[in-house]
Order: sequence, then structure tokens, then C-alpha cells
Amino acid sequence: MGRSYLAFVLAPELPFVDWLVELDRRVENSLSFFANRPLVLDLSSIAPTKAETVEIIAFIEERHLRLIAVEGVPLDWLPDRLAPLPGKVQTAGVFQPPEAEKPTRSAPPPVSWEPEPSIGSPCAALLVNEPVRSGQSIIYPHGDVIVVGSVASGAEIIAGGSIHVYGCLRGRAFAGTNGNTNARIFCSKFDAEMMVIDGLYKTADDFDLALRGTSVQARLDRNVMNIEQMS
Amino acid sequence: MAKVLVVTSGKGGVGKTTSTAALGAALALNGQKVVVVDFDVGLRNLDLVMGAERRVVYDLINVAQGNAKLSQALIRDKRLENLALLPASQTRDKDALSEKGLARIIKELRTLFDWVICDSPAGIERGAMMAMRHADAAIIITNPEVSSVRDSDRIIGLLDAKTEKAAKGERVEKHLLITRYDQARAMRGEMLKKDDVLDILSVPLLGIIPESEQVLRASNLGQPVTIANPLSAPARAYNDAARRLMGDNLAINVPLERFNLLGRIFGGRAA
Repeated sequence: MGRSYLAFVLAPELPFVDWLVELDRRVENSLSFFANRPLVLDLSSIAPTKAETVEIIAFIEERHLRLIAVEGVPLDWLPDRLAPLPGKVQTAGVFQPPEAEKPTRSAPPPVSWEPEPSIGSPCAALLVNEPVRSGQSIIYPHGDVIVVGSVASGAEIIAGGSIHVYGCLRGRAFAGTNGNTNARIFCSKFDAEMMVIDGLYKTADDFDLALRGTSVQARLDRNVMNIEQMS
Repeated sequence: MAKVLVVTSGKGGVGKTTSTAALGAALALNGQKVVVVDFDVGLRNLDLVMGAERRVVYDLINVAQGNAKLSQALIRDKRLENLALLPASQTRDKDALSEKGLARIIKELRTLFDWVICDSPAGIERGAMMAMRHADAAIIITNPEVSSVRDSDRIIGLLDAKTEKAAKGERVEKHLLITRYDQARAMRGEMLKKDDVLDILSVPLLGIIPESEQVLRASNLGQPVTIANPLSAPARAYNDAARRLMGDNLAINVPLERFNLLGRIFGGRAA
């Protein structure tokens, strides 16, 4: 067991003003998504000057977003509190929502998540009707994710709420990423690589071998993850 | 109405080129007009397996860049007149193939043939993406082992994201072809069983090609196995797969090598 944290990477694009307008729109639409979420600012793609860097950081912090680090500019341009992340060691734990930073028109992500749940159903679940393939990420910070099908080895589901898999869970499941300790992970066939609830994780080495292939649920009990068979 | 097929797998060495040649020849033997297109720019092989390596004058890149006409680059098969090959370039770089040029070629091939079979390079880089770009249907080649299955799973995800059909909100039709299948080893647990592969990939099965030395022998002779030895187990399996593509409803089994009495006697003496 251990605890991991999710930080999201903001990668501004040129023209910066347009990007800022887009960011404002997203922040407004998904307040819950950005509330208290640690953010990393990656400036490598726009290569700003020192003065511009200071200005960009000011723009972001004006919006009450919680910036924890800045990457892609020389270290001495930054205030001490925003030192870059050390090397690549931590970036492995940093997840980038596929749509939030890089809106690509030619290649939409195979499974779309709705940025705003419809009015009247504040925690509408995301229903995924097909198998989640190796290499795909389903990211849905607003609530539960239901997968009708299997989640392949090398795929991952990241949900603000609980995760329900009606098939075999072979990949990784991150539930309760918004700090929801009541989130659970359910699957009808358990063969996962990693299970995470609110940052507390267990890897395949920690799993009870007898549970493999059975239907299980995982939940947190006073900061300990219990994975139990469901009858 | 022509159909564009991509033969893809993610992993290398599982039998994409062999299967492209065998299925192309099998479709042609069933009276269809077929072209097989090599997308492995820089590492072309399909010309060898088709036995046309000495006949390549112009290639895919030449046509895409407008330096040659499609009719100049197409190589008509000497054994089957309704089978043709569009070779890849061996000397050029993968990036030499332009999106626009490719779209024009595929459009023209659609008017000339019933089946356009694109032999994808391994990997998930640009070459593989170009090969699947215009596909109506995909044949995913998988060996019954875990790394091949996971790579296929990755490719299936990309088929739903990076193809022209996906961009239009449509689905690419998918077929799974399990190659190099050894029933005895699968039973002993040394290979994944057919049902395990299907369970992981959840894609409809097009056929199971048994592991056979006939396949390698045919490739080295520059002949698709369906032409070289049509009665061999792999050739019959490929032929069944081709007929399923044409819409025939055939039960799927693993063809076994027929017990050939004469072959046994003479084979035994020769050894």
C-alpha cells in the first residue's frame, strides 16, 4: 500500500490569449474538477521569455488555480515555490486528460467523456459501452464510470466516483480521485494490474491470489483498502 | 463496391505479410479482383512473398508523388490474372508518403478492384496509421501468446480512433485471424487457447491458421501458400477465411494436415 497523488498538466498553446479564454471556459464549466487540484504548468511548447513567464504564472494564479510546479523554463526564472518537478521520476504519476489540453480535431479520443454533466443529474455516470483497449485512458472526474465490457491490460479508468466493470478488469482502476473516500471499485472478473481509491493503491503483488478471476469489490476502510469477493 | 481491408497487428513477425498474400490469392482464386498494397516503406517484403521482386519498377511513393501512373506501378500476378500488387518503396523514407497522394491512390484502386488489401507495417507509428487510414474493415493478426494479444488490443483501440471511418463517427469492421496456432501446444497450456484470445480481444473470429512449415516453404518460393499448396492445412484455413470475408457462413475449425499415404511412404524413403 502507498499513497499517490494526481496532478494535472496545463500546457499553454499559442496564441496564449485564446488558450486563456479556453481555460476560463473549462474552469467555469468544471469547477469541481479544478477545485484544489494540484496543477503543473508545462511551458516547453511555447518557449516564453522570462518576463512572459512571470506574466503567465500571474495569469494562472489570478484564477485561483493551485499551481504547484512549472516545467520547461530555466529554474532561476521561477519563484522558489514553483520549482520544476525533478526529472521524469514523477511525471509518470501525472495524468493528462486527453481533451483538456490538446483539442485535436483529426483524432478524437475513442471514448469521449462529457465535460459537464447535464443539469438535474449532477453526478451522472459515464457509460462506456465497449471494451477499453490497451493504451486507452477513460478519465471522468465528475462521477462513476460504468464499463460494459472488459478493461484490457495496459488500459486505465480514472473516475471521481466509483468504477463498475461488467467484464474482466485487467488494467488499472483509479476511483475517488477527487478525494472521495467512499468510492469503490467493482468488477465481475478481477485480474487487475493496480487498484487505487483516493490515492491509496494496491498493485498486483498485494492482491490475494484466490481473488483472481472472481467478482470483487474494493473499498477503503480507515485508510486501508479491502478487496473482497462478492457472493 | 470495392472494400478496403487493412491487415494489421501491432507486433511484428506474427504473419501480416504472409496473410495478406495468402488471403489476396485466395480471394482471387474465388474469382474476385484483388490488389495487395505494401505499406511497409523502407522494409518491403510483400513483393518477395508474391514472387514479384524482380518486376518492381515504380512503387507506391512514386504514384503518391505523381511521378508515375498507378497503371505503371501495379504488377499483375503471373499465376492469377485478377490479382495485382502495388509494391512499397525500399529506398525511400516512411514520411515520403503524403496523405493526399494516398487518398487519391486508394480512391483510384477502389474503381479498379473488388478488394484492396493493405499490408500494414508493424508498430503504431505513421506507416501503420497510414495503412489503416482508409480501411473499411480490418483483419487483426494475432499469435496465441500474450504480447501479441496485447499489441492487437492496442491496435483495435487505434482503429476506433485514427481511421477515416472513426473520424466520421462510423465503425471499422473488425475480424480476428489467429495465426501459427498449434492445437497440441494450446491444449498443454504452452499457448493461449482460442477462447482466451477471443475473451481478451472480443472481436469476431475470421479464422484460425495452424502452425505449418508449408507457410514458410511457400514464402521462400515466392508464392502465397494458397497458390503453392492449396490442399495444405494453412491454405485451406486461409481459403475458408477468404470465403467468410465474401459473406459465406462457414463453421470455424482448425484444419489439420491430411494424412497423405503416398507422401508418407516416399517422404520416409527419402529421409
